[in-house]
Amino acid sequence: MNDIIYVIFGINTLAAAIRITTPIALAAMGGAFSERSGIINIGLEGMILCGAFAAVLGSFYTGSPWLGVFLSLLLGGFIGALFACFTIKFKADHVVTGVGLNILALGATTYLMQVLWGCKGSSPNVKGLSEVSIPIIKDIPVIGKLLGTHSPLVYIMFLLVFAGWLLLFKTPLGLRIRITGEHPEAADTLGINIKGIQYFSVILSGCLAGLGGAYLSLGQLNWFSMNMSAGRGYMALAANIFGHWNPLGCLAASFLFSYTDALQMRLQSLNIGIAHELIQMLPYILTIIVLAGAVVRSRPPAALGEHYETNK
Amino acid sequence: MLGHDRLLARIRNLPVLSDLLYSFIAIILALIISAVLIFISGYDVGRAYYNLLYGAFGNLYNLSQTLLKTIPLIFTGLTVAIGFKTGLFNIGGEGQLYWGALASAVAALSFPHLNGIILIPICLLAGALAGGVWGAIPGYLKAKTGAHEVVTTIMLNYIGILSTSFLLKNYFKEPGYIDQTPMIPEAARLPELIPYTRLTWAIFISIGAIIVIDLLFKKTSLGYDLQAVGENPTAAEYAGINSASKIIISMMISGAAAGLAGSSMVMGVFNRFITNFSPGYGFTGIAVAVLGRNKAWGVLLAALLFGALEAGGMSMKLFAKIPMDLMTIVQGLVILFVAAPALIHLLVRRS
Repeated sequence: MNDIIYVIFGINTLAAAIRITTPIALAAMGGAFSERSGIINIGLEGMILCGAFAAVLGSFYTGSPWLGVFLSLLLGGFIGALFACFTIKFKADHVVTGVGLNILALGATTYLMQVLWGCKGSSPNVKGLSEVSIPIIKDIPVIGKLLGTHSPLVYIMFLLVFAGWLLLFKTPLGLRIRITGEHPEAADTLGINIKGIQYFSVILSGCLAGLGGAYLSLGQLNWFSMNMSAGRGYMALAANIFGHWNPLGCLAASFLFSYTDALQMRLQSLNIGIAHELIQMLPYILTIIVLAGAVVRSRPPAALGEHYETNK
Repeated sequence: MLGHDRLLARIRNLPVLSDLLYSFIAIILALIISAVLIFISGYDVGRAYYNLLYGAFGNLYNLSQTLLKTIPLIFTGLTVAIGFKTGLFNIGGEGQLYWGALASAVAALSFPHLNGIILIPICLLAGALAGGVWGAIPGYLKAKTGAHEVVTTIMLNYIGILSTSFLLKNYFKEPGYIDQTPMIPEAARLPELIPYTRLTWAIFISIGAIIVIDLLFKKTSLGYDLQAVGENPTAAEYAGINSASKIIISMMISGAAAGLAGSSMVMGVFNRFITNFSPGYGFTGIAVAVLGRNKAWGVLLAALLFGALEAGGMSMKLFAKIPMDLMTIVQGLVILFVAAPALIHLLVRRS
C-alpha cells in the first residue's frame, strides 16, 4: 500500500511526467497556433512521427543529435507547409486531410525505416541528446529532483511555451493570428493577409510538433520505432482544447495526461494485482473524460475549420 | 488538346462519372508517387508492380485472396462512410472491430450445440451489437458534450484493443502460450466457397451489408434524417429532426458494420479470436470510404481495389522484397488527393 502511495505522489513519477509532457505540450501548442488561425490540425500525430524519424535520421548520418533536432524542425515545418497548402490553397477538408497525412506519415516512416535500416521494429541506436543539469536549481531539495536534470529539450519546451504565449497574446502578430481564426471577414477588412497568417501558423505548428517528435526519439530512447507517436498527437489535440487554445493551458493539460501516463507505467512495474491492460487504459480514458468535460465549457475560435476566400 | 478539354467538360457535367474520374486520377497519382519512391529506394519498379498485379489477380488462388482481403474492408469502409453521411468522422473502426470479433467468438463458444442456421445469425448479431455499442459511446459523447469524435474514437481504439485483450486473457483464453480463444464450433464457421482459400460466404454477407446501407440512405426516412443532420445540423433541427439522437444512431450503425468486419474474420478466417489480429482494417476503411465517395457501391469498388493492393502487396513483399508499408503510403496519398479535388483540377488543367 505504501508503495502505491509513494508512486502516486512520488517525485520520480512527477519527474517522469515532466519528461512525458514535453512532446505532448509542444504539439499541443502547435495545435493552438494552427487552430487559433482557423485551421483544425488533426495532422499533429503525423508531424510528431515525422519529427521523431527525421531526428534519428539526422543523428544517424551526421553523428550530431542537434543536427537531428534541426532536421526534425525542418521536416515538421515542411509537413506543416504541405498541410497548409492542401487546406488553404486547395480548400481540402481539414479533418480528412489531417487523417490522410497521419496515415501517410505512418506508412512513409515505417517504409523508410525498413529500406534504410532493413528492420521492421526499430532503427539502430543513434547518438541521443545527453541530459543537462541546471547548476543552482539542481541543489534545491525537491525542485532539484523535479527540474534539475533533464534533456535540454525539456528546458527548451518550457521556454518555447512561454514564448508562444507571449507571441499569441502579447504581440500584434498574435492578435492577427487570433482575429484570423475568430473573424476572418474583419481581419480581411483590416487588410490582414489571412492566408499568410494561416501559412505561418500551420508551419509553426508543424515545427513545434516535429520538435516534440525529436524529443520522443532523441531525448528519451535514442532510436526510432514504428508508430512511436502512439496517439500523442491526438492527446495533444485534446490538451489544446482543454487548455483553451492557450500555450500555458496546453502545457498544464498536457501535464495532466502525462502524469496519468507516468503513473500508469510505474503502477505496471509494481504488480499491484490489477491487470496491465486496465492500467494502460488510464491515459486514454482520462483524455476522453477531460475532452468531454472541456468542450462543454470552452469555445473554439469561431471560424475554425472554415475556408475563407478574400474578396478581391 | 481542345477535344481533351471538351471531353473533360462533358465528364464534369456527369456527377457520378466525375466522382469516378477523380477517384481514378487519385489512385493513378498515388501509384505514380509510390513508383518514384520504389525507384529511389533502389528496387525494380516493373518487377514490383508486376508482382503487385500478379499477386492480386494472377490466378484463381490470388484472386480469392484479393476477395478475402476485400471482405473486412467493405465493412470498415461502410463504417467510415456511414459516419461521414451524418457528418461524423469515425476513425474508431479498429476498436469496434475488436469488440465485434470477441463478441462473435464468445457467442459461438457459448452455444456449442446449436445448429449453424441459428448459430451463425446469433454470432453475427452479437458482433454487430458489440461493435454498435462501442461505436455509440463516441456518438453519445459527441451528441451530449460536443467532444470531437476523431479524438474520442482514436482513444477508444486503444481502449477497445486493451479491453478485449484483457477479457480474453482473464475469461476466454485457451490454455497455452498464445492469447487466443479455443476454436469456435464447426456450426459457427462460415462455409468455404472455394476449397483451401479461406474465402467464405462472408463475401455475400458483406455485399448484403452494402445493399442494406444503400437502401437505408436511398429509401428510408431514417437515412434521409441522418443525411440531413450531416449536411446541416441546424437546419435539420429546425425541420424537427433530433440531431443528437441521429448522431448516436449513425455511430451505432457505423460501429455495427465494423463489428461485422471482426465477426467475418473470426467466423471465416481464424475460426477463433486472437489478440492483435487486425493489420489495421479499421484505418484502411478510411481510405476505402474516401475513395468510394461515401457511397455504398463506391465502397465496394474501393474495397476491391484496396483488397487487391493488400493481396498484391503481400506478393510484392515476398518476391520483390518491398515492405508492405508501401500500401499504407498509397492509402494516405489517396485520401489526400481525393480530399483536394482542386489539386486534381489543377493538375489536369496543366497537362
